[in-house]
Amino acid sequence: MGIAAKQLGLVLGAAGVMGWAGMVLPLFAEDAPISLTIKNHRFDPPELQVPAGVKLRLLVKNLDGTPEEFESHSLHREKVVAGGGEITVFIGPLDPGTYDFFGDFNPTTAQGRIIAK
Amino acid sequence: MLATALIVFREVLEAALVVGIVLAASQGVPRRGLWVAGGVGTGIAGSLLVAAFAEEIANALSGIGQELFDAAVLFTAVAMLGWHNIWMGRHGRELAVEASDVGKLVRAGARPLHVLAIAVGLAVLREGSELVLFLYGVVAANGTTLAQSSAGFVLGFLAGAAVGALLYFGLLRIPLRHLFTVTSWLILLLAAGMAAQGAAFLMQADLLPALGDTVWDTSRFLPDTSLLGQMLHALIGYVAQPAGIQVVFYVATITLMGTLMWLVGRAGPTRTARPPRARPAE
Repeated sequence: MGIAAKQLGLVLGAAGVMGWAGMVLPLFAEDAPISLTIKNHRFDPPELQVPAGVKLRLLVKNLDGTPEEFESHSLHREKVVAGGGEITVFIGPLDPGTYDFFGDFNPTTAQGRIIAK
Repeated sequence: MLATALIVFREVLEAALVVGIVLAASQGVPRRGLWVAGGVGTGIAGSLLVAAFAEEIANALSGIGQELFDAAVLFTAVAMLGWHNIWMGRHGRELAVEASDVGKLVRAGARPLHVLAIAVGLAVLREGSELVLFLYGVVAANGTTLAQSSAGFVLGFLAGAAVGALLYFGLLRIPLRHLFTVTSWLILLLAAGMAAQGAAFLMQADLLPALGDTVWDTSRFLPDTSLLGQMLHALIGYVAQPAGIQVVFYVATITLMGTLMWLVGRAGPTRTARPPRARPAE
């Protein structure tokens, strides 16, 4: 009985994980990532136009020798990118609108925004 | 200099508030200073390590290493704070009743201080590793002179530590009878905020759905970047534009932890059931 209960638990657990994965995975970002570069503590391009309603992959390349943190309050994103390194940031699906982001280590210069249409 | 000071202040503030609350919550426990200092020290050492391997951590696990690491740190801290609170739910009442008696307070040293020390260490680790990376950038970029950025660092650090100290001494003004109730509530909200932040990292890693990008937007009245917004973020997990999943984790943490505290507290020893003579340490 103990074993049966354990097996049942395993089956339920596996079903839960699969259900969870199924809910999350099929929405995976489509086609090529959107590229964003950091140089001299500034984002290039400072403004990105993206389609609303789809999941996107943002590839952030840091050409500076110093670390930076890509951060956005409205997008709920916060990720360190090492000097000379690159990171992938998943965003969306976004509602149409403007979303500001900034470099947390150089917030005075490193500013940008995403416009979802 | 001021830019450096502001960033240092923000990172130090979050850790300092946690330390302030933990010091108040461990009032009366012998060697608590040592425990908390150990937590801070380990956290700083860990920060240096994490900063040194930032790129490796970020690239690990197909690029979501950083998110999973941050989430793990946060949820472990939540578990530690929850453990402390549930323990206090059981014993807090006796502590409060006996608080006037120094000898009995010493006996309360059985309080699980190690979980608080771990929570402090994790809070320092999270904020500290960002601080180390930032400072490395400042020193390496040498856009400002080293003297200027050092002054900024000292200023920001002292200001952050001062706010933590203010909170601590403010809490100490609360009579001991009520102090542990207040600190338990503060720790509950602190933990809920951390859980919401952990959920945001899992959402960022694409492992949790957002359940609505912006449940509400108070960024006009109280932006995340304002001083009050930052303090409330550190203390109770305030977010101006929370995603649905953050709200779910926040409410779930409060409900679960609060229910456990209440259940355990109800089942625990009451003051009338307390035997008059010394009890064995628990």
